[in-house]
Amino acid sequence: MSAVEPPLALLAEVTHRCPLQCPYCSNPLALERPANEMATADWLRAIAEAAELGCLQVHFSGGEPTARRDLEQLVAGATAAGLYTNLITSGVGWDARRLTALIEAGLEHVQLSFQDSGADIGERIGGYQGAHAKKLAAAKTVREAGLPLTANFVVHRQNLHHLPEMLDMAVTLGAHRAEIANVQYYGWALKNRAALMPSRAQLDEMTAAVAEARKRLEGILVIDYVVPDYYARRPKSCMGGWGRRFLNISPSGRVLPCHAAESIEGMAFDNVRQRSLVDIWRGSEAFNRFRGTAWMPEPCRSCDRKEIDWGGCRCQAFAITGDAARTDPACGLSDDHARLVDVAVTEADAGADGFIYRRYGAG
Amino acid sequence: MNERVQVGLESVPRLGPHMRLRHDKARGQWTIQAPERSFVLDQTAHAIVSRCDGKVALGTMIDDLCAAFPGAPRDVIEKDVLALVQNFVDKGVMQA
Repeated sequence: MSAVEPPLALLAEVTHRCPLQCPYCSNPLALERPANEMATADWLRAIAEAAELGCLQVHFSGGEPTARRDLEQLVAGATAAGLYTNLITSGVGWDARRLTALIEAGLEHVQLSFQDSGADIGERIGGYQGAHAKKLAAAKTVREAGLPLTANFVVHRQNLHHLPEMLDMAVTLGAHRAEIANVQYYGWALKNRAALMPSRAQLDEMTAAVAEARKRLEGILVIDYVVPDYYARRPKSCMGGWGRRFLNISPSGRVLPCHAAESIEGMAFDNVRQRSLVDIWRGSEAFNRFRGTAWMPEPCRSCDRKEIDWGGCRCQAFAITGDAARTDPACGLSDDHARLVDVAVTEADAGADGFIYRRYGAG
Repeated sequence: MNERVQVGLESVPRLGPHMRLRHDKARGQWTIQAPERSFVLDQTAHAIVSRCDGKVALGTMIDDLCAAFPGAPRDVIEKDVLALVQNFVDKGVMQA
């Protein structure tokens, strides 16, 4: 096996605390308690090691990362280490003064999430009354501070008809980028799949609308679009390949190849409090387990796309089949694919709109 | 500001706010670090981007590049420069 390439970016999930309760949250079902969160000094060391390892960017995420009072210190540490810093936030729970402190610490960009283009549906999804106005105010604060802004919209059956309004809103807010991300179904989202999954026709309509908007808004708004992989012919290149481009640190310091990796039962992940990040990236069993292509079963092993999609998503393979080493069921070549899509579409057609909200203890 | 900027020889481009020209030591290459993006610059792209200082018009920059790379025809350099800068302006990485 060739030498392990260095990672490009660190996703620092500094806390699972969040004022919102989105039913498709990418955090694990077993949310980390605040008492288990890593101390400032441990985070600073981990961030410095990420830079040493070759990371160029750090994304401060959560939960709501501003729930940590020491976020300024972490941003300053990342900046000192030469990392480009990004805040991924709900926009709830901070103000212009906090943002100024973060910018003084070196913050370069804010990705702000919206649950819809309006308060009505958006606040029902987030489970937080009054969130929408706070988010709009947060966007204004970011732009007034001169920071580039990405508006993130997670889309699904209950809000995708608002896609044109979402894009208009992103332009009006002065965002440079809009991320239109279809829900990916593991963890909380898998629990809520019946209430979130769009129909094939809805997806096609949305994809066409994105293509039109990209043309119309060229040079004004960059639109990143993530399709739901159940409807794709081939799986997504999840994280750009396991242990290849990204690493994630959980609030308590566990180092993961992706934010959902802990959903795979039977895998053990090293903790950066006990082992250096360099050592974990290069030598840990978890990172090497699905790295490269040698672990692949057929039909992946002889597939001409194996170094394009790197076998898709291991968490999805586990969630659907119980075996993380199987072909990603999102792939049309998987034996599990037809059943997966049938179940999902049947659920979606049943049309239940109720959610199991993301809360401590609800998973 | 909600209109596409057309890049031409009279444009005076520079990196946008919070877009950073950084050397990536681990991989030995120049990059632009941008929001959730990393653009790798080859030698030509680096020669162009590093000259986009918000003071020099592209016409003048092309003269300078012709002098620096005497082997390359002017029309090729001009085409490369305009395409690269337009692309970065469209992506919000540069302002012109």
